[in-house]
Amino acid sequence: MKERFIEIFIKSFAWLSGLLLLSAAFVIIGFLMIKGIPTLSLSLIFGDTSPADAFLLRRQVLTGLFPAMAGTCLLVLLAVGMATPVGLAAGIYLAEYGRGTLKSFFSLFCDILAGVPSIVIGLFGFSLAISLHHYIREIYPCLLISALALAFLVLPYLIRTTQFAMESIPAEVRLTAPALGATKLQNIAYVLFPRSLPGIASGVILAIGRCAEDTSVIMLTGVVAAAGIPGSLLSAYEALPFYIYYISSQYRDAYELQTGYGAAVILLIICACLFLAAFYLKNQLMNRMLYRQ
Amino acid sequence: MDKTTIAETGFLGAAVLSVSLTALILIFMLFLGFPLFKGGSFITLLTTPWNPDKGLFGIYPMLAGTLSIVLLSLCWAFPLSLGASALISVIAPAGFAKFCKKTVQMLTGIPTVIYGFVGVFLLVPFVREMFASGSGMSILSASLMLSMVISPTMILIFTDTFESLPASYSAAADALGASPVQKLVYVILPYSRRGIFAGLILSVGRAMGDTLIALMLAGNAVAVPGSILDSARTLTAHIALVIAADFDSIEFKTIFAAGLVLYVFTTSLILLVRIIGGMDMKNR
Repeated sequence: MKERFIEIFIKSFAWLSGLLLLSAAFVIIGFLMIKGIPTLSLSLIFGDTSPADAFLLRRQVLTGLFPAMAGTCLLVLLAVGMATPVGLAAGIYLAEYGRGTLKSFFSLFCDILAGVPSIVIGLFGFSLAISLHHYIREIYPCLLISALALAFLVLPYLIRTTQFAMESIPAEVRLTAPALGATKLQNIAYVLFPRSLPGIASGVILAIGRCAEDTSVIMLTGVVAAAGIPGSLLSAYEALPFYIYYISSQYRDAYELQTGYGAAVILLIICACLFLAAFYLKNQLMNRMLYRQ
Repeated sequence: MDKTTIAETGFLGAAVLSVSLTALILIFMLFLGFPLFKGGSFITLLTTPWNPDKGLFGIYPMLAGTLSIVLLSLCWAFPLSLGASALISVIAPAGFAKFCKKTVQMLTGIPTVIYGFVGVFLLVPFVREMFASGSGMSILSASLMLSMVISPTMILIFTDTFESLPASYSAAADALGASPVQKLVYVILPYSRRGIFAGLILSVGRAMGDTLIALMLAGNAVAVPGSILDSARTLTAHIALVIAADFDSIEFKTIFAAGLVLYVFTTSLILLVRIIGGMDMKNR
């Protein structure tokens, strides 16, 4: 009898928590969609400027989200562009060259870096900018510093996904090329690296998503509420997630609040697309396509 | 130098760069917060209140704020995640379980700022109406939303642990005529207790390091909170709020103390997870 009671209790608790979580998620996303989707329009992004003028930088977009979206794109490109080569190389080192104590020492430090809160990475980026400012007068918190700090943030993810993708290659594939007389580097370049591309690519896409959504690093390293399209690497810039944060606390009228909802929906759609792409790559649907070259 | 040497030096260089970065962050925090640590005043800093008018710059209120928000959000998130992962791995029919798992994976991809934004316009007014107290920006609102942020990852860690149960264990329980729930209680949960603990600790780190939820929903008042409906400021929010202050002021220096505390906390949590993982290897 007691067993029966416990069984019913556990079952209903599990169903309750599962349904609670699902309904909370649907309320959050549904609320955003209901409020945000009606605001989506070209004028939300471009204001009174025509899209062609905005893309060709002939006229500044003053009221739309275009500068924020452009800032986020530039930021992601710079940060992932800086982090990917280093992350892949370090991942290859950990998977193929690192041995024994040195390897576990490296991977411990990588785990610690992954666990450091993003605001502390942002603080580090800020301090770096201030320290460099003593030597180079032009350096303030800016696009370059933000991208650098974001690169630090995603570096451990890139290292780990690369390492994991390479280490999970089965032994029969791993040994074929050396058996035919290939050197270790040839084996890595022609067999192991191409073979682990889907895993690595999904890691890179997740890193892009992480850079696109992060707010706490950039709010310490140079993002501002109104800057227009950044003119150089050393200028201030706007970004979509910071705009959402800024609107939630500083909105002046109903229209600005509407643009906040619109920005949130756009960011959600971008992140969902990136996430789905990473997910399908991880499921290795692309495996054959990438390996055929 | 031939190609091989160049490539291998490059790989090693990248790895060394990543390691030194981790150390460099710690060195920067120590170096820039150094004026505060002179004369052993670091402990005092952690235990005194914040009152700039009287020259007191302790970060004790932020420490208390961080701990109360993290603990309360775990109180919501841990039972919820355990229940949801039991549903996904054991109890629900296969199709629904797959749907739940896909949804949870999708939830890990939602930007934190969006949770915060929805919190400001949906949860905060709700808490304000419900408890008819203050602005609704409180530890309660922040911890509820924070539990939504940390639950998906926690559920994925738990289900991974549950599903790593060796097939022979599962078959043995089935052969003895155990129901799915009995299998969960007597086989899966005892087998996964280390995984559950590791998932819990990683979630503590995640909750502690989160800035935006607390910054947007907890109200940021600098006082030791007395109830869950009080406003509070976390260490992370403190860093975000004080960054605009004068670079040479003591106020500004305290953010490096906050950064250092966060760094040391999260690093010790990672070490703890490692130690548990190490014990796991030996015992199996």
